[in-house]
Amino acid sequence: MPTNVVQIVVFAILTLMTLGGGLGVVSSRNLFHGALFLVLSFAGVVGYYVLLDAGFLAAVQLLIYIGAIAILILFAIMLSRGLMSQRQSQRNEQWWIALLVVVLTFVVLAVVLWQVDWPVASDQALASPSVAISQLGQELLGPYVIPFEVASVLLLVALVGAVILARETET
Amino acid sequence: MIPLYWWLVVAAALFCIGLYGVLSRKNAIGVLMGIELMLNAVNVNLVAFWRYVTPQTLTGQVFAIFVITVAAAEAAVGLAIIIAAYRRRDTVIVDELDIMRW
Repeated sequence: MPTNVVQIVVFAILTLMTLGGGLGVVSSRNLFHGALFLVLSFAGVVGYYVLLDAGFLAAVQLLIYIGAIAILILFAIMLSRGLMSQRQSQRNEQWWIALLVVVLTFVVLAVVLWQVDWPVASDQALASPSVAISQLGQELLGPYVIPFEVASVLLLVALVGAVILARETET
Repeated sequence: MIPLYWWLVVAAALFCIGLYGVLSRKNAIGVLMGIELMLNAVNVNLVAFWRYVTPQTLTGQVFAIFVITVAAAEAAVGLAIIIAAYRRRDTVIVDELDIMRW
């Protein structure tokens, strides 16, 4: 089989995973199942990164989204369960307006994206992307060192803030 | 190779699904899951543009890493707020968390 066909088949499977998982997240009645669908969707995005030759990002996505964020969400659901019974509707009363707005947004985006003439790189450049992780590290510590440091401060602040917010208060 | 437009449409679809989740969910944790979907869609866009438009410089990947960092911080703080609110008000339904409504 030519590589192009393989790529398209893989892309279709990953799209099914990602978008199907996304639909499961927003439509499932049981929020716990929704969180599991979220994991499926994240796994599809991991496959996207592999298909796009971004191996490091695939690993990061796997570790942070599936390993940390999804598990955190599962914990939060289990800590706040019981009150939201599954029989009760999970949608608010304005869900149909939201659906209308979202479908319109998607149509507008699809049309606009189709009309733009994207400055895609030459075939030669496309065939040899820079995929070295060492280069990524040099970018992070070279031109992007200020945002990199700010991100570390942000993580520290989020860590402290999350602990303080979720802490048991005596009053 | 897969055309760039396909990636953009898939990312737009994922973004719109996440947006629907944010707008229509009653449960605050459901809203947060929708936000995570939207952030993922943005990351797919960033990486796709890196691969197709500027494959020689890694700017797109660097920005995707920053988005992932912000998403992790957002999830931690957001869930901490939800748990704190649940502890005080015994609910995670956004309609009932109206203490700051004027």
